[in-house]
Amino acid sequence: MSEEFDRLRAALQNTPKPDANTRDAHLRAALESFDQAQETPDEARQTNMHPQTGAGFLKGISTMFKALTSRAALGMTTGLVTAGLAVILIAPLGQDVMAPPTAIEARSTESEAPADAPILPQPNLEEAIVAIDDRTRAEASQSEAATTTQPSGGVSLQGRAEVGIAGGYATPQANHRSVAPTPKLAFDASDLQVTPHEMGDFAGIAPGRKTTQGTIPQDALNDLESPVEALIIPSDPVNVSEQPNTDTFANEEPNPLKVTAQDPVSTVSIDVDTASYAVVRASLMNGYLPPKDAVRVEEMVNYFPYSYAAPDTAPFSTSVNTFQTPWNAGTQLVHIGLQGQLPALADRPPLNLVFLIDTSGSMQHANKLPLLKQSLRLMLSELRPDDQVAIVTYAGSAGQVLEPTPAAERAKITATLDNLQAGGSTAGQAGLQQAYAVAEGMMDEGDVTRVLLATDGDFNVGLSDPEALETFIADKRDSGTYLSVLGFGRGNLDDATMQALAQNGNGQAAYIDTLSEARKVLVDQLSGALFPIANDVKIQVEFNPATIAEYRLIGYETRALRREGFNNDKVDAGEIGAGHTVTALYEVTPVGSDATLTDPLRYGQAAPDGPTDELGFLRLRYKQPGATKSQLIETPIQTEVSQPGTEARFAAAIAGFGQLLRDDTLLGDWSYADAIALANGAKADDPFGYRAEAITLMRLAESLSQN
Amino acid sequence: MARVIPNVMRMSTSDESLAQAAANGDQQAFIALLERHYDRLFAFAMRLTGLRADAEDLTQDICAALPSKLNSFRGEARFTTWLYRVAVNAAHDRRRRAATYARATQGWGDWEVNRQQANREEAETHDWLSQVMQSLPDDLRDTVALTLGEGLSQKDAATVLGLSEGTVAWRMSEVKKHLRAIHEREQA
Repeated sequence: MSEEFDRLRAALQNTPKPDANTRDAHLRAALESFDQAQETPDEARQTNMHPQTGAGFLKGISTMFKALTSRAALGMTTGLVTAGLAVILIAPLGQDVMAPPTAIEARSTESEAPADAPILPQPNLEEAIVAIDDRTRAEASQSEAATTTQPSGGVSLQGRAEVGIAGGYATPQANHRSVAPTPKLAFDASDLQVTPHEMGDFAGIAPGRKTTQGTIPQDALNDLESPVEALIIPSDPVNVSEQPNTDTFANEEPNPLKVTAQDPVSTVSIDVDTASYAVVRASLMNGYLPPKDAVRVEEMVNYFPYSYAAPDTAPFSTSVNTFQTPWNAGTQLVHIGLQGQLPALADRPPLNLVFLIDTSGSMQHANKLPLLKQSLRLMLSELRPDDQVAIVTYAGSAGQVLEPTPAAERAKITATLDNLQAGGSTAGQAGLQQAYAVAEGMMDEGDVTRVLLATDGDFNVGLSDPEALETFIADKRDSGTYLSVLGFGRGNLDDATMQALAQNGNGQAAYIDTLSEARKVLVDQLSGALFPIANDVKIQVEFNPATIAEYRLIGYETRALRREGFNNDKVDAGEIGAGHTVTALYEVTPVGSDATLTDPLRYGQAAPDGPTDELGFLRLRYKQPGATKSQLIETPIQTEVSQPGTEARFAAAIAGFGQLLRDDTLLGDWSYADAIALANGAKADDPFGYRAEAITLMRLAESLSQN
Repeated sequence: MARVIPNVMRMSTSDESLAQAAANGDQQAFIALLERHYDRLFAFAMRLTGLRADAEDLTQDICAALPSKLNSFRGEARFTTWLYRVAVNAAHDRRRRAATYARATQGWGDWEVNRQQANREEAETHDWLSQVMQSLPDDLRDTVALTLGEGLSQKDAATVLGLSEGTVAWRMSEVKKHLRAIHEREQA
């Protein structure tokens, strides 16, 4: 140590003594907390402070289910289950535990319960079951009424079921839940019917049919490497950790109405992030309307795959049509759809992937690190044998935990993933920079190289200055390594940083709340997430004041660009991945319509003459991956109003839904019911059930907003 | 609550065994442990935060969380190393909470609020030490508190923070640069 340090060291050594009274107070408080911890040992492990009455299974039970699969074995353990049930019902604070959805021998539980509940006093159990009965009846009738649909990509585990047991018995998926904060044990004791949610193709159980025994065939469970881990359904996210909820979101004021004569040009960066939809979904599933800041309408619209016309030679195709606005008879919606190319799997360039994983202590929750591991495992099966994978962690045991390994060596990669533990402080100088260093080591001519950052919001990756971080990522992007961000869990989410990092890294920011979402992002839409086909995509629309009096861009508030930024190739914009679709909606008021909100200027000029067959002119710029100069596509927007197809109608319904969640003032009397009707009529094929899920969310929002 | 005087035998028991006993529910052991380490914990908190009020809050946080954290003390590391780590994490959590509030009011990437906060604290203490510590970024501050404040070797500090020794050495050189810059500003 040198002399610069001497002064500092001396000053640091010289700390004042603790105040005696404060010391006593602290020691007393510590002792109290110690005593409390001793009384109920399970509580010591809990981090959920939200009082819940009997909401989950003990972890031990689920581990047991993991081990036992045959009916007989399950039958034998029902006694234990019942015993466990009673314990849960009595234990006052809900635990952060999981409920295997339908793998339970519901019926036989009931018959054996009286005999096989050795440990616990009967009255409690019966009382509890009676109480549950009543609630269940109400629940069951409610759920029957609701449309029962469920995304069926893999096991459809709706993440935030507060109802631990309910997840397992009468109505497994939280979808049906009418959202009350007190979780209901929808465990119909007298008539245990297990209604498997329509896991559609999953396990071949037909929608709506109630199985008598409710066990899921083992091969279906094999879908997941560790079924029980995957079934982790954490409870109320509001207080998921000991600390207060520090979720922050990035957003701006909703786009204002613009008068064409004064401000005819709208310039926007096109992006396909979908995080906002997942956050909205997680909020609604847990019984509260999402914070307005969390709602980005364009991300909700872009969450869904649409079938626009496929492109032929260009990386993507553009389709524009205009139709009547659902919520306003006097205006129209200009619907701009971009469809990205989907090259054949064999034609895609080899992929170099570095998982940069946050393993700090806060990641230990069931919906964070375990879900992350599950998700990455799912993704592995989608990689080709010559894709390379490496893993770097940035907390606790910081550093590279897996050197670049071909994806063919699945066992090695999954073994490393399994060994990841949450714990330790965050702060890894080694973290981000090391991940990039590893990525650069893997880079080869013609490859796609990407760092996939998975975190619950802790971005303390060693670069303490956020601007330095942004610049660093931007530089790396320019040299060929991209970055995508996956957010997990609630309570610590730093949405703004996620967005900023993904934007700078030419990647996608997605929020993963359930395993189905993981599957969507990392399996079904993997190509889009990892393989860009167009970078820095910007659109610029100039509206014709002769035909359009006012216009308003719906969503994209955080992606607005300045007018001159359009032609400036140095301005960063969004990316389109292989197979992705992007949708932008403008609500326009034709000249002369009675829905015009602004009066014409008294002292201004009369509207200039322009071609009256055009609404506006659309310009689009994009760059081929790796190129520095952009290409331009131009197309006029005709005035003719057409009948909207299903895709356009559905997009409009979601846009309306998003605006309702933001309490938009320009929707008139349009309500959730209207959104539901519109979406229902535009479901089309919906192979994965995403649209049906959206409609369920609308219903939830409707009931929530009436309170 | 009267403070129970730990019996003489406990005085000579190692930290690690006391911690294990406390984790298993031995109240006496827990009290003994706290008595031994409270002052040192408070001193460390002062070095981390620079303000008495913050240090007291931080110490309280740690003391209250200690019983549950003890369950995860596996006895592999030295107890003091483990305790340092708990303290650094707790400080980090506090900072993050404060930062989120600041961010929520001013937007991401805006250091104005932090600067204003720092100015206010300067007005309170005018202390050279506080000024220096506040001007350091969080990770450097933690490192300095451990090496210069607590007197840990760079190797031990690296263990506490979960980093490599090289990283710690790099950080200390960054601190040196900061100190020099401050020194120059003072002369000017």
